[in-house]
Amino acid sequence: MKKQKKTLAGLQKRKAIGGYIFISPFILGFLIFMVKPLLQSLYMSFCDVKIAAGVINPVWYKLEQYKFALTVDPNFNRLLVEEFTRMLTNSLAIMVFSFFVALILNQEFKGRALVRAIFFLPVILSSGVILGLETNNSLMAQLQVNIKEAASGISITDTVETILRTAGVGVKAFEEVFKLIDGIYDVAIASGIQIIIFLSGLQTISASMYEAADIEGCTAWESLWKITFPMISSMFLVNWVYTIIDFCMRSDNQVIDRINTVMITEINYGLASAMSWIYFAIVMAFVGITSLLISKGVYYYE
Amino acid sequence: MSKVKIKQNSDFWERNRKSDGYLLKKTLLTYGISIARFILLFGMCFMILQPIFNKISVSFMTIDDLNNPTIISIPENPTTENYLMAAKLMSYSKSVVNSFLMALAIAVVQIAMTTLVGYGFARFEFPFKKFWFACVMLVILIPPQTISTSLFLHFRFFDILGLIKLVTGDTLNLRGSAIPYFLMSFGCMGLKNGLYIYMIRQFFRNIPKELEEAAYVDGCGTLMTFVRIMLPDAKPILTSCFLFSFVWQWTDGYYSKLFLGNVKLVSTELSRLVDSLGAFLMREMGTTVTIPVSYSNAILSTGTLMIILPLIILYLFAQRGFVESLSSSGIKM
Repeated sequence: MKKQKKTLAGLQKRKAIGGYIFISPFILGFLIFMVKPLLQSLYMSFCDVKIAAGVINPVWYKLEQYKFALTVDPNFNRLLVEEFTRMLTNSLAIMVFSFFVALILNQEFKGRALVRAIFFLPVILSSGVILGLETNNSLMAQLQVNIKEAASGISITDTVETILRTAGVGVKAFEEVFKLIDGIYDVAIASGIQIIIFLSGLQTISASMYEAADIEGCTAWESLWKITFPMISSMFLVNWVYTIIDFCMRSDNQVIDRINTVMITEINYGLASAMSWIYFAIVMAFVGITSLLISKGVYYYE
Repeated sequence: MSKVKIKQNSDFWERNRKSDGYLLKKTLLTYGISIARFILLFGMCFMILQPIFNKISVSFMTIDDLNNPTIISIPENPTTENYLMAAKLMSYSKSVVNSFLMALAIAVVQIAMTTLVGYGFARFEFPFKKFWFACVMLVILIPPQTISTSLFLHFRFFDILGLIKLVTGDTLNLRGSAIPYFLMSFGCMGLKNGLYIYMIRQFFRNIPKELEEAAYVDGCGTLMTFVRIMLPDAKPILTSCFLFSFVWQWTDGYYSKLFLGNVKLVSTELSRLVDSLGAFLMREMGTTVTIPVSYSNAILSTGTLMIILPLIILYLFAQRGFVESLSSSGIKM
């Protein structure tokens, strides 16, 4: 009995050492490159940072910056709430859209390679320098307006919206849906990465499972719920986390924008750090809570 | 071949009758689904492609065409002048080679490292696992801008616990070279690396434990199991991570500017394309000229197209990596 326990401990120890060896690159990188900047920024959020002749001089200021951001600054609270609600609707729309597209792209049809390549474009278009160029290209905007004018009067969505509104069902929920449909291009562009993550998840489900289900008399609808959903539930979690973070951290987010203005134009490093820490805390808490809820439903083989 | 087809057609109704109309229903459903799918996909593809089409049409226009209000999408005198101009301004061939080598090297290093880490998080139990994973989430959440000043100083006066200063008497200046960026990639701290760790971890968690145990029983060590059993399975997810890493590196202006200020890369060249156009025209004309907005935007669109193109070619090659994996079929359940 005693001997058995000892060997188990030995195996566990060996596994623990193996685990640490595998994650050692991350630990080293984190300690060398991340810890210091993080602590610096956290320290600054408790300071009143004065910059004189290029020398940064933080003075201990206790919680004043946090108080200022939450109670005095006129915009910060409002922006937080606004962005948060926008994030909720957008993230849900992106999840549904990308799952739907991934399901379609996983089927067999002619020209699949081409369509997959087209759906890869959003990944490129929403990355790095191209995103910045896209937003302030006035020639493209002009073209867009021209085309819109040429096509005015034949907009199906407008007609449907009017019909639904006059039918008297246009309550608040409908307005949100209309907003999403009008902004479907933004949703499509923002969901490029999610589509690929879902697709790679769908690829790992073996075809023999569906085959077996089919023989047992499962309809496609049932096998969607009984096979597809459980098998890619872990990818749902990944996508949810990624969608929220991508939305919160992109440069056209108004809170990030406000933080940047405070930091660069108003040169108030202390306040900017405090604001970003508040923001991080909220986003982190939201991600934590929702992913805890989702991970209850995630199915693992173990 | 055609004979068989005709024969099939002829007894379609016969077979349909025998199956109590099931065959007709099934065939109609299949066609219905593929038509609906075609319409949906066509609409969505058009939505994504339309801005690209606009760019393509603009890129073939001369200045006269651009300023002519009656011309919207089809140029009157198609020209390749814009492409030649953009290529010259961006030193295209040189910067493409540079960017390609850089992005490839970085992507390979990042994916190799994050795969190791992701595997470690997914398949091993060790003390403080939750803590380290929280650190991964922290890395995902923090935008690079917030720590850029610190990083800049960090690499300007680079030192490891004072060791280098002890030996050479001074700290190292690592700015302006690719070394810091490679170091960061080796430490999984590059652009969005936390995300790759997370994705890869989620994937490896889903591989059945029996596979691993079977490998152990057959005498595979930890490393061997990882290389021979787990890696071949992870091909789809590794392909997508590699693609992300390559694309983000290719278009990234932020880290490139911070670390590689003087190397010609497509991303940095593209972001200052309009400025270089101004400088070029000034050199040609000898005086300051105001460039029409439409012209500079046309050149910019052309440049964007030229940057996107190599990525699409890469994707067409890489998508073969999205093969079906064997992980779940290897186990009898």
